[in-house]
Amino acid sequence: MLELQHLSFSVEGKDIIQDISAVIEDNGFTVITGPNGGGKSTLAKLIMGIEKPTSGKILFNGIDITDMDIHERSRHKIGYAFQQPPRFKGMTVSDLLSIAHGTKLSEDHCCSYLSDVGLCSKDYLHREVDASLSGGEVKRIEIATLLARDLQLAIFDEPEAGIDLWSFAKLVETFQNMQKKKQLSVILISHQERIMQLADTIMIIENGRVKHQGAKESVLPELMQEFDCRCCKE
Amino acid sequence: MEELEKQLLEKIADIRGFQPGTAFSLRRNGSGVERHSTQAVTITAKEDKPGIDIVVRSFTKQEKVHIPVVVTKSGVHDMVYNDFYIQEGADVEIVAGCGIHNSGCDASEHNGIHTFHIGKNARVIYVEKHYGEGTGTGERILNPTTVIHMEEGSFMKMDTAQIGGVDSTIRKTEAFLQANAKLVMSERLMTHGDQKAHSDVIVNLDGEDSVVQIVSRSVGKDTSTQVFHPIAVGNKACRAHIQCDSILMGHSKISSIPEIAANHVDAQIVHEAAIGKINSDQLIKLQTLGLSEEEAEKVIIDGFLK
Repeated sequence: MLELQHLSFSVEGKDIIQDISAVIEDNGFTVITGPNGGGKSTLAKLIMGIEKPTSGKILFNGIDITDMDIHERSRHKIGYAFQQPPRFKGMTVSDLLSIAHGTKLSEDHCCSYLSDVGLCSKDYLHREVDASLSGGEVKRIEIATLLARDLQLAIFDEPEAGIDLWSFAKLVETFQNMQKKKQLSVILISHQERIMQLADTIMIIENGRVKHQGAKESVLPELMQEFDCRCCKE
Repeated sequence: MEELEKQLLEKIADIRGFQPGTAFSLRRNGSGVERHSTQAVTITAKEDKPGIDIVVRSFTKQEKVHIPVVVTKSGVHDMVYNDFYIQEGADVEIVAGCGIHNSGCDASEHNGIHTFHIGKNARVIYVEKHYGEGTGTGERILNPTTVIHMEEGSFMKMDTAQIGGVDSTIRKTEAFLQANAKLVMSERLMTHGDQKAHSDVIVNLDGEDSVVQIVSRSVGKDTSTQVFHPIAVGNKACRAHIQCDSILMGHSKISSIPEIAANHVDAQIVHEAAIGKINSDQLIKLQTLGLSEEEAEKVIIDGFLK
């Protein structure tokens, strides 16, 4: 279980996250949504340890991880997929997946993770994760690095951004399987209704605060209605 | 052969001595000490100056030649001239390289001048690794010069690597490409401490549809300095692509001086160069996969120099 206790984060006097308290239950599928600039990605980075909170605590399975480094959190089986993944000159897709897995992966295993994100060609294994890959390809490989890991909590920051429609369908299927299997907790930042439909819980973050958190059945209809009203007014 | 020499051979050529079935020449502390030819590859000692002539017979297929150099004595100043004659249609892999172990206080230096004459449609893979070690205060100096003459339709892949421990190196490479010749160069270099490395490359694309591709990757650590000066000169309709990437660490200094010249309207020559620190997102990404910052740094550098 992940517990955020009065979490705040500010940069140069600007409050990005303001006193967020929330609980993410085990093996649940939580979608975080909300307007751009509201603090969603920062919250994900705080959980992974990429940013350190100004105040408040983060507990994972009862352990205070607030001051833990990124790699220590990773060893506690927390994973994070970047919204804009970095590229690595000289590192092949297969190398990266093996690092993610912790041991050298066979070609078949690599292919299986890649096919889950819509990259089924064996050609990708020996390609470098560099500028020769398109943004969408790098993004899908990023997601595959989380699939290759043994995680208790997987955080995806807008995994659908930059991905074409065909691959998106495949990705939704992959997340759907994750949701069904209930083997890990998933936090997924998204603006896509199809992804929100997979959620057990939806959290809306606006102006650095949790505006609403609840079961998809109650939050999603309200959210859709709100969108419809905004569109009507515009 | 002493264990120390075997270890150096392993570092520079992935062998621990003569491999039966291959051509072999070992130079130790300034003298040729072991030599084996095959039916297809003849290695003979030069009579007028130090060095060897290596002749690879026409249309030879998949021959392998090892010509390592080891320097284990302090204070050795070696100069060697090796000439390669790769005859028409031959296909050969040549593994060169020099390992210096200097535990003394005098500088040990090896200067190798390699000249390739690559015949029509011949194919050469040339691998050269440089490595230095030893606890002495004496400098480990390696200055390789490579001159390449490529006839029509020939191909050469040249992989050079300086994997550490060399205090000073001045590398000079000059190539002349005739029609349809293709040269693929890959240069990898790592310097640390206050080491110095300088690499000059000049490729003259003299023939129609000749092609050169140069990829240089380097890592500078501590207070080391590196200078790269690749030049591509297009004298006919040809293609050249030069890419120099360097990672700066510590207080190292790296200069990349591109120079491209087109003397023909259909010459296409491109140069790309980038120097910078390791991208922090790369470090963070690998940390999210469970690596510490130091481990992540090593993985990035190993991959970059692979």
